[in-house]
Amino acid sequence: MNETIIYSIVLLAALGLVLALILYLVAQKFKVEEDPRIDLVAEALPGANCGACGKAGCRDMAVQIVKDPAYTGCPVCNEENIARIAEILGRIPEKKEPSIAVVRCQGGKVNSPSRVGFEGLSSCSYASSVFPGEGGCPFGCLGLGDCVQACTFGALHINPETGLPEVDPEKCTACGACAKACPRGVIEIRKKREKTGRVFIGCVNQQKGPSAMKVCKVSCIGCGKCVQACPKKAITVANNLAYIDDTLCVACQLCVKVCPRNAIAVLPVEKLRPAAPKPAAPAPAEEPARQESGAQA
Amino acid sequence: MKTFNIGGVHPKDNKLNADAPIRELPLPKQACVMASQHLGAPSQPIVKKGDKVKVGTVLTSNEAFLGAVVHSPVSGTVSKIAEIADASLYPKPAIFIDVEGDEWEESIDRSPEIKREISLSGPEIIQRVKEMGIVGMGGACFPTHVKLMPPKDAKAEFLLLNGVECEPYLTCDYRLMLDHAEEILIGASALMKALDVKQAIVGIEANKPKAIEHMSAMAKNFPGISVQALKMKYPQGAEKQLIKALTGRAVPSGKLPINVGCVVDNVATCYAVYQAVQKNMPLVQRIVTVTGPGIPQPANFLARIGTPVSAFLEAVGGIPANTGKVISGGPMMGKALADAETCSVKGMSGILVLPEDQSHRKQVYPCIRCGKCVDACPMGLEPYLIASTTLAKAFELTEKARVMDCIECGCCHYTCPSNRPLLDAIKLGKSTVGKIIRARNAKK
Amino acid sequence: MAENTKWVVSGAPHVHGSDSVTKIMWGVVVALIPTFLVSVYFFGLDALVLTLVTVASCLLFEFLINKFFFKKPCCLGDGSAMITGLLLAFNLPANLPLWMAVVGSLVAIGVAKWAYGGLGSNPFNPALVGRVFLLISFPVAMTTWPLPKALFGGSAVTDAITGPTPLAIAKEALKTGQTPEQILDSLPAYSDMLFGNMAGSMGEISAIAILLGGIFMLCRRIITWHIPVAFIGSAFLFSGILWIAAPEQFMDPVFHLLTGGIMLGAVFMATDMVTSPMTKKGKLIFGIGCGVLTILIRTFGAYPEGVSFAILIMNAFVPLINRGTTPKRFATSK
Repeated sequence: MNETIIYSIVLLAALGLVLALILYLVAQKFKVEEDPRIDLVAEALPGANCGACGKAGCRDMAVQIVKDPAYTGCPVCNEENIARIAEILGRIPEKKEPSIAVVRCQGGKVNSPSRVGFEGLSSCSYASSVFPGEGGCPFGCLGLGDCVQACTFGALHINPETGLPEVDPEKCTACGACAKACPRGVIEIRKKREKTGRVFIGCVNQQKGPSAMKVCKVSCIGCGKCVQACPKKAITVANNLAYIDDTLCVACQLCVKVCPRNAIAVLPVEKLRPAAPKPAAPAPAEEPARQESGAQA
Repeated sequence: MKTFNIGGVHPKDNKLNADAPIRELPLPKQACVMASQHLGAPSQPIVKKGDKVKVGTVLTSNEAFLGAVVHSPVSGTVSKIAEIADASLYPKPAIFIDVEGDEWEESIDRSPEIKREISLSGPEIIQRVKEMGIVGMGGACFPTHVKLMPPKDAKAEFLLLNGVECEPYLTCDYRLMLDHAEEILIGASALMKALDVKQAIVGIEANKPKAIEHMSAMAKNFPGISVQALKMKYPQGAEKQLIKALTGRAVPSGKLPINVGCVVDNVATCYAVYQAVQKNMPLVQRIVTVTGPGIPQPANFLARIGTPVSAFLEAVGGIPANTGKVISGGPMMGKALADAETCSVKGMSGILVLPEDQSHRKQVYPCIRCGKCVDACPMGLEPYLIASTTLAKAFELTEKARVMDCIECGCCHYTCPSNRPLLDAIKLGKSTVGKIIRARNAKK
Repeated sequence: MAENTKWVVSGAPHVHGSDSVTKIMWGVVVALIPTFLVSVYFFGLDALVLTLVTVASCLLFEFLINKFFFKKPCCLGDGSAMITGLLLAFNLPANLPLWMAVVGSLVAIGVAKWAYGGLGSNPFNPALVGRVFLLISFPVAMTTWPLPKALFGGSAVTDAITGPTPLAIAKEALKTGQTPEQILDSLPAYSDMLFGNMAGSMGEISAIAILLGGIFMLCRRIITWHIPVAFIGSAFLFSGILWIAAPEQFMDPVFHLLTGGIMLGAVFMATDMVTSPMTKKGKLIFGIGCGVLTILIRTFGAYPEGVSFAILIMNAFVPLINRGTTPKRFATSK
């Protein structure tokens, strides 16, 4: 009896030792040499595998970053991520201004009241092939949430009151998946400008004035008043639609005051300065400019 | 009785106004003529604001091979050229004409006599068909002259006339076959001459016995033209299904009817061809069915192109109070309209008004994998699979499931007991896969 | 003009067929009525109470799972839970302790249906999973069959209250070396079996009542002929071949069809839309698989009856069958 037990123990131990040896030798023989920094970098990346960089995932991206010193890339990384990666690789952290997705449509249920009721597949790409939108605007947001579905970070939701998507600035990483998913190109990635607020034309309607006015209360009609008001020449009008160049804009909000259609939006809302009682008068229009320079100083 | 071989559904045919003879709709105060009314390269307006036009005056130009011009359907003054929503509901350029009197171009023969002798030669017929802006009037609006010029490697053997009218409610083709059978057949003879084919078959579904009888009797005087009664089944009026039903030939995936020696034209198109070839009359008017369960007196109107939908509805007693949906075309493939300002176009065969209680989609249940969509699909596809792969964004699988073969007839959607929006998803999949394929081909 | 009413915009088609999930489910319930009446006739109050208990517990579990796990609005109205309850009862002996029936309902609804995501997502037939679970857990209770009350003259039923099914009798007797003729002498006549005058699960006894329901479902286009015909036909053929090859060892095909659950299985269980293939070709393959497996289990397996196992095994093959059997495409020779 005892012998049996001893034999079994010895046999199993011997077997274990031999197999372990084989495993060790095989592991040594087929070992893949890999830069240990890849794993460290992969850990420092956001790890959402969102695919915004075009790579197969965060680890694939890490391989690329380690291999190519000139490679700048993860569109989703925040300053902290970038600093950590730079530390691991002993590089100088690149300066990156934070960006965010903005929804360039303020129509929705409130400003572009529905004239027809849509029924069917809840997908913007499909609905846009069926009709222009419940409010009739052939350019604006359809509110069926293709962008919400596309966001891997849960940063978008449809506001039930307006029927428009809203971006959570805490969660948005500016990966651009929503902008790609939107069949109408309503979403744009712009600078975050947390201090001054981001100023943008909240409309993408390219119809002529009367048609644009008919479908929405806050549509851009391409009147060009903002172009004249802008001290930095950041605004251009093309196809009956104004556009603010993000690289030139200083967020002075002068354009916001002169827009007769309230089509220019400022986010976050608390950064919007109260409108002057009469936007036509030139004196109060200059005042915010001074405030602006003050804020920057 | 013949029919196509796989799939199909049997919606209630609801031909409410089958007995209503064709009435002429009064001229509208203002006609708005869409600048492009065909499938293919868009046409450009050549008139300006303030120009005086007569009925038949050419309004647009189009040099493209896949192009069709538009003629003024009314006489009067061009008031503006602006954008207005067509049946796609998107704004498109249109020519607005304030109607003054009813003066026609002198070249047009408006006499009621039927002109039987076809004096033009084949190429002349094709040229005339192109000049007169004839497009397929079943709804697709494919320029007819293009069909008459087959590629060199293909030869037409059959001309098939589509008198099927498998869409429920619509009766415009039926009335046309009863009232203008001879003209349709003369038009068909002209098309046969242009195509150099010896045989033409008119396909009519069995729910129109009077039309079958009348057309058969008339066809006796036309050598080579025969009438074939078809078993009722939707979508028999679809090109591929009609060819299969009438000739037994199947158009392979990605090919055209001409590849199996067939050219298909709607009976209404044949009538338009007759008027163009024999009477020199451009396509400025057509028969439009105005119908619906809530319409007290559904009717068939002979109306000018460019008449607003509201004018049609006023002629049948106004829009009923409980209207929930207005459709341009039939209930299976027609397009829902957003307002009554939309104007009639060459391809608008009917206006269907549905009451509120028939306008809404039904509650959607989970797919119970019953396979009814598979049985109903006339192309032998698996609609549930195409829809689910599309929604999962697995477009390579959608393509593998042969989404591009889908003819968008809606049988799967119609038959689904779970009321799933199958066709919505399939259309989305088809357009996405189409884009992927085009991008791939562009790369090569 | 009535401009103030909002028109509906949606894609084509704008009309819909009259079929609906609810209609299909209630159609099945109606088709089950003859079978239910027969079982109440033969097994009396027990059958009625058992059916009520399984239906009620299935509905209750469906409701509770929906409400507390999925937090979705209640979906009892579609009738699917009711069918699971009915079919489960029909697969049980009428004298089964009621608490067991409740456990079976929980397994059917909770494990077989909702664990996979509810209606339309379950790979296995819920009622059969419930039955097989009970059969494995409580083999004695599940094979103690009540004998039908001798209401028809000329029945072979004795005084015993419970007894084995004809299939079980035949299996045992064949093992001890009796010939099929001897066995048949000790069993009810085929005509009695046709009407259901024999021991067995509640719903499986009467072939006539089941066929009535099947014809109703065929007429209402709830099922197609493919699965029942392939199932019954292949079972008949396969058992027939065995019988012709060795008539002294195997029971004849008519015996196989009339006893046990082949009829119930072929008409009601295997035709369950969710767990059967989509295409006609696939349905034929599925039916043949069920038929052959049933006879294999009955003649060579340990259990006297094999319908439940056969259907569940074929359920597992459904995704494969779906993938392998594409419908006849337009314009292809295949």
